[in-house]
Amino acid sequence: MAKEKQKEFDTISDGSHAIRKFSIGDLLIMLILTVLSLTCILPFIHLAAKSISSNTAVMQKSVVLWPKGINFDAYASIFQDGSLVRSFTFSVWVVLIFTLLGMIACTCAAYPLSKKRLKGRTFFTFLLMFPMYFSAGLIPNYLLLKNLHLLNNMWVLILPLIYSAYNMLIMKSYFQSSIPDSLEEAAFLDGANNFQILFQVVLPLSKPILATLSLFYAVGRWNAYADNKYFITAESLKMIQYKLYQLVASATEAQTATLSEAIEVTSTPEVLQSACIMFATLPIICVYPFLQKYFVKGVMIGAVKG
Amino acid sequence: MGKWISYELQSWRKSFKRDWHLYLLLLIPLALVIIFNYAAYPGLRMVFMDYKPAKGYAGSKWVGWETFAKVFRDKDFIRALKNSIVFNLLDLAVSFPMPIILALMLNELRFPRFKKVTQTVLYLPHFLSWVIIGAVAYQLFKPTTGIVNILMMKWGWISEGIPFLTEKWHWAATYLLVGVWQGMGWGTIIYLAAITGISGELYEAAMIDGANRMQRIWHITLPGIRSTIVVLLIMNLGKLMGSNYERLDVFGNTQVKDFQYQLAIYIYEKGLASSKFSMATAVGLFQSLVGLMLVLISDRFSKALGEDGLL
Repeated sequence: MAKEKQKEFDTISDGSHAIRKFSIGDLLIMLILTVLSLTCILPFIHLAAKSISSNTAVMQKSVVLWPKGINFDAYASIFQDGSLVRSFTFSVWVVLIFTLLGMIACTCAAYPLSKKRLKGRTFFTFLLMFPMYFSAGLIPNYLLLKNLHLLNNMWVLILPLIYSAYNMLIMKSYFQSSIPDSLEEAAFLDGANNFQILFQVVLPLSKPILATLSLFYAVGRWNAYADNKYFITAESLKMIQYKLYQLVASATEAQTATLSEAIEVTSTPEVLQSACIMFATLPIICVYPFLQKYFVKGVMIGAVKG
Repeated sequence: MGKWISYELQSWRKSFKRDWHLYLLLLIPLALVIIFNYAAYPGLRMVFMDYKPAKGYAGSKWVGWETFAKVFRDKDFIRALKNSIVFNLLDLAVSFPMPIILALMLNELRFPRFKKVTQTVLYLPHFLSWVIIGAVAYQLFKPTTGIVNILMMKWGWISEGIPFLTEKWHWAATYLLVGVWQGMGWGTIIYLAAITGISGELYEAAMIDGANRMQRIWHITLPGIRSTIVVLLIMNLGKLMGSNYERLDVFGNTQVKDFQYQLAIYIYEKGLASSKFSMATAVGLFQSLVGLMLVLISDRFSKALGEDGLL
């Protein structure tokens, strides 16, 4: 249906193409969009260039988009020091476990709630949605996690967040709109039970949404650091974003407190900081172009029921 | 269909017998929300106590509404509240229109390749964490060593570095613009989808009538996505009380406390950082309740306008 519409629309644009000539307006639009796109790319090219330039070139402020005095010392020292690398590996593990458990929790909620016949459906839906709209807040949550002995525990980064009402809604509306009832009815009449229907009929048909939501979970976990800051003090349990945060925070405080060049250079050399930022950013930039279409799909399904 | 509806009327026992698998599945998410969300609600009672971490709930004194009275007399709270509201309104004002404008421009593009690449690039900031965005911003905007100031000085536009992130008014502008930048591409998705739904015949007819580009945008495209705009605007109004701790935190520094000090920061600093648990919780509760109310109002509002509700 959407495809058809898209096609219809494309031919219209093509039709218009024949009618009007390439105008100043087109040029202006392309110019604006190009400039905006550049604001999304150039900062990272600049930082990448800085991260492999020599200290002197950076201090002379001569590095713009092209590295000068190319060397990989900063990256070498990141690997030598090892703490960022360790926290990178730790983050990967946390993200993997989080995504797997998150998808299980999400499916376990979305599938039953997508069944109109389920008795008590409204009540359970309310129970599972309410926390999204009303949170107890930071302090009660902190004390709760403390009582559960989860502070400074790897699982505090995983368990409290694996059930996401927002993702559950997206999955539920996908089940309801994209899996025909008749299919499940047929399986039911063939004697399949609910588990068999879920695993053999519904899930194989839901691969696109499973991919999308896995990505939502993974990127969300990878990017967040506030819970690290609230609940974790052990060095070995800090995720990469939090490490980067601490590194940058210490450098900016030094900068703003004195605003002096000399202090800045001795605190964290620009080059090293650029390298650390690139180290934490590159994974996202590398996988992102291949995955972004799944995200777009998720937003479209989510938009059906906001 | 009738058969399926009739199940609704069956007794719990029968329903459970038929669907016990489903109830079994539900146990997992239910256990999670009960342990990690509902179990936290009783902790809210500390807003009526003078909670001392060392004494716990049992040993702390009940003080009635005293905590709220203290909060509303607290100058820090008033400042945080004012900042939150002002910045959320400004954020909405500058961040909301941009995706619409971008979507309209993308829709006018005639080269599919160019359009695709542009979209992919514009979505990127949405996937970067606030830590990375903040770190990059500090690198680019430093007064003396940031590339933006270096280039502007080199080109003779300015004679001394602009303190983009270290003077509060400049900070406010930078903070808001970075927000626009972060969300502008991603926000277009929904509008572009809505534009796809507009019938091509309308454009054809307009073309035959000799409508120019601006007229087509104004009379066809914009009215075609009006309901989407309204729903999203209302949804955003529901978020006016919220604040993104990570975004504020990474952009914070001692020079810009005046503006950066918003509710999320207040709750963290009063609560975890200086152990005024009762006050922090009271502010959190206030924020949650007002937020909930705003969502309910937005939902009503959106339904009253004949749009889909949010709930």
